[in-house]
Amino acid sequence: MNATLPTSFARRTFAIGAAAALVLAPTLALAAGGDLGQADKQATNWTAITMFVVFVLGTLYITKWAAAKTKSAADFYTAGGGITGFQNGLAIAGDYMSAASFLGISAAVMSSGYDGLIYSIGFLVGWPILTFLMAERLRNLGKFTFADVAAFRFAQTPVRVFAASGTLVVVAFYLIAQMVGAGQLIKLLFGLDYWIAVLIVGALMMVYVLFGGMTATTWVQIIKACLLLGGATFMAVMVMWRYGFSPEKLFAAAVEVKTNIAAAKPGTTPQAAAAAGQSIMGPGNFIKDPISAISFGMALMFGTAGLPHILMRFFTVPSAKEARKSVMWATAWIGYFYLLTFIIGFGAITFVLTNPEFLTGPGGGLIGGANMAAVHLAHAVGGNVFLGFISAVAFATILAVVAGLTLSGASAVSHDLYSTVIKKGKADSASELKVSRITTVCLGILAVLLGIAFEKQNIAFMVSLAFAVAASANFPVLFMSVLWKDCTTKGAVIGGFLGLLSSVVLTVLSPSVWEATLGYPAGSAPFPYTSPALFSMTLGFVGIWLFSILDNSQRAKIDRAGFPAQEVRSETGIGAAEASGH
Amino acid sequence: MDNSVAARIAADPNYQALKSRRSRFGWSLTLAMLVVYYGFILLIAFRKDLLAARMGDGVMTWGIPIGFGVIVFTILITAIYVRRANGEFDALSEKIKQEALK
Repeated sequence: MNATLPTSFARRTFAIGAAAALVLAPTLALAAGGDLGQADKQATNWTAITMFVVFVLGTLYITKWAAAKTKSAADFYTAGGGITGFQNGLAIAGDYMSAASFLGISAAVMSSGYDGLIYSIGFLVGWPILTFLMAERLRNLGKFTFADVAAFRFAQTPVRVFAASGTLVVVAFYLIAQMVGAGQLIKLLFGLDYWIAVLIVGALMMVYVLFGGMTATTWVQIIKACLLLGGATFMAVMVMWRYGFSPEKLFAAAVEVKTNIAAAKPGTTPQAAAAAGQSIMGPGNFIKDPISAISFGMALMFGTAGLPHILMRFFTVPSAKEARKSVMWATAWIGYFYLLTFIIGFGAITFVLTNPEFLTGPGGGLIGGANMAAVHLAHAVGGNVFLGFISAVAFATILAVVAGLTLSGASAVSHDLYSTVIKKGKADSASELKVSRITTVCLGILAVLLGIAFEKQNIAFMVSLAFAVAASANFPVLFMSVLWKDCTTKGAVIGGFLGLLSSVVLTVLSPSVWEATLGYPAGSAPFPYTSPALFSMTLGFVGIWLFSILDNSQRAKIDRAGFPAQEVRSETGIGAAEASGH
Repeated sequence: MDNSVAARIAADPNYQALKSRRSRFGWSLTLAMLVVYYGFILLIAFRKDLLAARMGDGVMTWGIPIGFGVIVFTILITAIYVRRANGEFDALSEKIKQEALK
């Protein structure tokens, strides 16, 4: 395989995408236009494009190498289980740190200061929970997907159907958010049309996953994590250097900038301006009411332990010991990254908001929108070349995340649905591999179509919905099946689906969809809170508990009798899938 | 693994020690993480003024070290668990394995 491959792919997908765009055009015209995430197209940025092409060529070369190693289903799903804990930790970080968290959180810090920090902390606190309660047990019980663990002692068909539904729903929402983000971002950074950007992302992701499976996906994620962490470190160091590595000086300068901006508005008293300036140093309006705060916190905390593309990464390492090292490194890198984004956000206040070159006018917003904070800062501290580098890194970031999502969705279809449910576990490795590849192509095309269909929609809710579903459906089933001896097939499936349905329905009824996306008047949302997790996760757990204790079927006896053997394996790893060949 | 092997391992005192120690340790740390994070969230929900209070004459507030502290705590608590699990708990697991395969 060589560099001409994506071109032919792009050409083929182009035709499909173009046809779909025509079909979808009337729908788009009718759809309510959201304002979030919309970006103005910028002049074509050749430095950025060159750097991105270098990245793509490098990753395609790795894909070629990985393709030679991807022969069995085990290679495709888990890279043969031969990834080390350190590598896997970086790959998990690469899977988790999306462009939204880099550009979005630094932009949030730039506009509201401390609230951006509160938001990013939420994305970190799920990792210890995942480590303490799930990581090693997952590795000891599972093989390819989290359904292997959830269905360990249960009737395979119903639990696999549930787990595949949970996986595909999470993957779909996460993927749409990434594709739309990719299109907007690339329009902004590279000056390409939205649909071209979406096509490029879809085509490259298909190539990585299709040919290189988990091996290529892992290395794309590792490289992206290194580039992103390196680039963000450079920016943070440059910002701190300017202030003599004194946080107080940086914060004082930022407060002064914010005070001056507030004072420039007519009718503002000096006291009010000073208060507005100082407000970035403490919590603002991010948390509206305690229920929303706790509910959103639960979605982020427990959702992390239910994201299928993250859970899948635990099967790529050879042992429980390496699985623990993976989360250790992942947590450290992700935490470090959030500390950097906070500094970058404050750097954007002092470097970007004071430089007319980056503003639409005196006292105006950023050129290209608020999400450009980190990008303009890159320009300010590292010139045009570093701007190109950060733009290319942002693109690479999206690619790494969508490749992980697609792989996870493809595994749910081929391993859980095709191999276990349809073929009753009798599918051979070659046919399973074929089904995963077909699914990868389908998911790639679907992602491009959905990316184009949702271009003008307000999709701010989608990532939080993905976390809410993961926390309310996948996590409770996984948790109860592994740790509660009386859990039964019936309880897990009914409770899991209750969590899944309630989290989706409550999200639709919440202000972020009901008002922001569907366009009903403000305050009319039937469900008033930001996140459904407090309610839907409780419903999931109660459902599993209730329908398990009420379950007196023959199957329930088998389910309960299977617990001691499962527990021994989950605690000791005796009988766990080995590194090679599984 | 058949049920007789599982039953034999389950009866091993080393296995029982591993299970109870790990479970106690894992749940204590989980509780600590929940207390720290939800404590932080409740502080934001009910006592914003504490976090926004200045530490000295400068602009630095108590909220900044507390927020950074939550991040550092999250990383440290994970490291503490992994260290003990990869040392003590894995050594116990190894003993159990050897016992079971005898």
